[in-house]
Amino acid sequence: MTSMRVSGRGGAAPKVAPYAFVAPAVVLFLLVFALPIAYTVYLSLFRTEVKGLGLGLGNRTEVFVGLDNYWRALTDSELGAGALRVFGYGAILVPTMLGLALVFALLLDEERVRARGFSRIAIFLPYAIPGVIASLLWGFLYLPGTSPFNQMLRELSLPEVNLLSPTGIYFALANIAVWGGVGYNMVVLYTALRSIPRDLYEAARIDGCTPLQIALRIKIPLLAPALVLTSLFSIIATLQVFAEPTTLAPLTNSLSLTWTPLMKVYQDAFGRGDIYSAAATSVLIALVMFVISFGLLRITRSRAFGGER
Amino acid sequence: MSAVLVEDRVVTPTPSRSPRLRSIVSALGALPTFVLLLGAAYCLFPVAWVLIAATKSSGELFSTSTLSLGSSLLANLGELNGYRDGVFWRWMANSALYAGVGALLSAVLSGVTGYALAKYAFRGRALIFNALIAGVLVPAVVLAIPQYLLMSKIGLTDTYLSVLLPSVVSPYGIYLARIYAAASVPEDVVEAARTDGASELRILTSIALPMMVPGLVTVFLFQFVSIWNNFMLPYIMLANDGMFPVTLGLYTMLKQGNTTPALYTLVVTGSLVSVLPLIALFLTLQRYWRIDLLSGAVKA
Repeated sequence: MTSMRVSGRGGAAPKVAPYAFVAPAVVLFLLVFALPIAYTVYLSLFRTEVKGLGLGLGNRTEVFVGLDNYWRALTDSELGAGALRVFGYGAILVPTMLGLALVFALLLDEERVRARGFSRIAIFLPYAIPGVIASLLWGFLYLPGTSPFNQMLRELSLPEVNLLSPTGIYFALANIAVWGGVGYNMVVLYTALRSIPRDLYEAARIDGCTPLQIALRIKIPLLAPALVLTSLFSIIATLQVFAEPTTLAPLTNSLSLTWTPLMKVYQDAFGRGDIYSAAATSVLIALVMFVISFGLLRITRSRAFGGER
Repeated sequence: MSAVLVEDRVVTPTPSRSPRLRSIVSALGALPTFVLLLGAAYCLFPVAWVLIAATKSSGELFSTSTLSLGSSLLANLGELNGYRDGVFWRWMANSALYAGVGALLSAVLSGVTGYALAKYAFRGRALIFNALIAGVLVPAVVLAIPQYLLMSKIGLTDTYLSVLLPSVVSPYGIYLARIYAAASVPEDVVEAARTDGASELRILTSIALPMMVPGLVTVFLFQFVSIWNNFMLPYIMLANDGMFPVTLGLYTMLKQGNTTPALYTLVVTGSLVSVLPLIALFLTLQRYWRIDLLSGAVKA
């Protein structure tokens, strides 16, 4: 420590302190992030081979199989179907959630709109509610026996809608995620809107622009970087969907235990005890997410981060 | 120019409009407010529903009109309280422990790391920062299963530590703390303390961290919510339901509800009780939900 003090006085940066400060985080990061990732990659290249009747533990050995687990995962029809289901779910979820978040953020930014403070808190509130609890609540709202929507439809003698049907379930799940995430994204977009200089709008108003034109021609283009960021985080969250379908599954037959790729990974690892396939599948999911993330960032980098770096 | 403006303002609300047209125009003017309130209603609806449903007995839950109050709120709370010797409260305490302790450690760790990454130029800084950021993108499942396998090798599965440890490092929290340190700890204050002979550790603990407190509260809140809401990690790590957080506990009750529908009432009441602390935390610490820190990356 003393030597640092001396070097500090000379204007040079301290040498030991920064390493000491980042050390705990780096060590923990290596233990709970880097090591598990390396271990997953390792596991994905092996498989248990059973010799003889496979009754005793001694008869099982781990053998290197190269990329075979990956090949099996890629040709697994249930995994492919799960991936398609998640893309379908995401195609409903992401545009709806960000569209609503954008509309709400633009409305919050309009001075003549009333009840803005209340609405902002109310719309952001679901963010504090765990996905599992949200799924429980909505699950009861979907369940034909307890659903107020179906009760209303019955009273109007209209055909009932079953959101827990095999098709309805996409909307049921997307709705839970929209409900939980729209407020968060609204606040991110609203914060970005507040940082746009007000005189831009004043100038446009003098030129005769309506508030709608100002929103479409000035605000939305300037929001592009924030929209890219929120889309990226939404897509990542979408691909990781696990808690919501797992929670809804006990209420309906439309959700199999392998409905999403992540649920299949869980089933492979803990249901079937095949951690090797589970490892290969999780590496594939991670790769898809990296490709999507970096692709999206690269396409939009000049716009999203051009100002910063 | 200003003359034109004044004239413009006087001329636009033309007096010749019919009352009908005027009412349409004013209705259109209220439309944005209406849309926003509709959004608020949508977001509050399930919360209102659970408030009402928690007052119903299990017979009423499936038979009475959804939006009419029942009469058994106290009975339900009593039943929840008595369910398997009060295991529900144990789950609540577990959640508070995981989220409280985890978020506290995480905020401190993020603060120290973020400060070092923001304020010192040292070899490997970019590498560390980029590795941490890549950590944000790693899907939870890629981590959770090997974390489980590794924990089981050292005999840590099914312990409080198995859920706490992975929750302490938050790449997101470190990222936020770094932005906040860069913005809130002035270079010359650090330099002055250094000239006065303060050690780097002392600068960190008595100057930098206190200055970063508002930002670290934000990190704490985000981490608290994310640990409280985390389902997969405890789902994979824990087998003994005495250690379950409340989300996992309610999920197992819902699963049993398939065979014993009376449990549904308890799940509904439990859901209500379990969201109350989070809503309270959310409303009282509202000014600390500094999302502008998150969009800091965008604003630069």
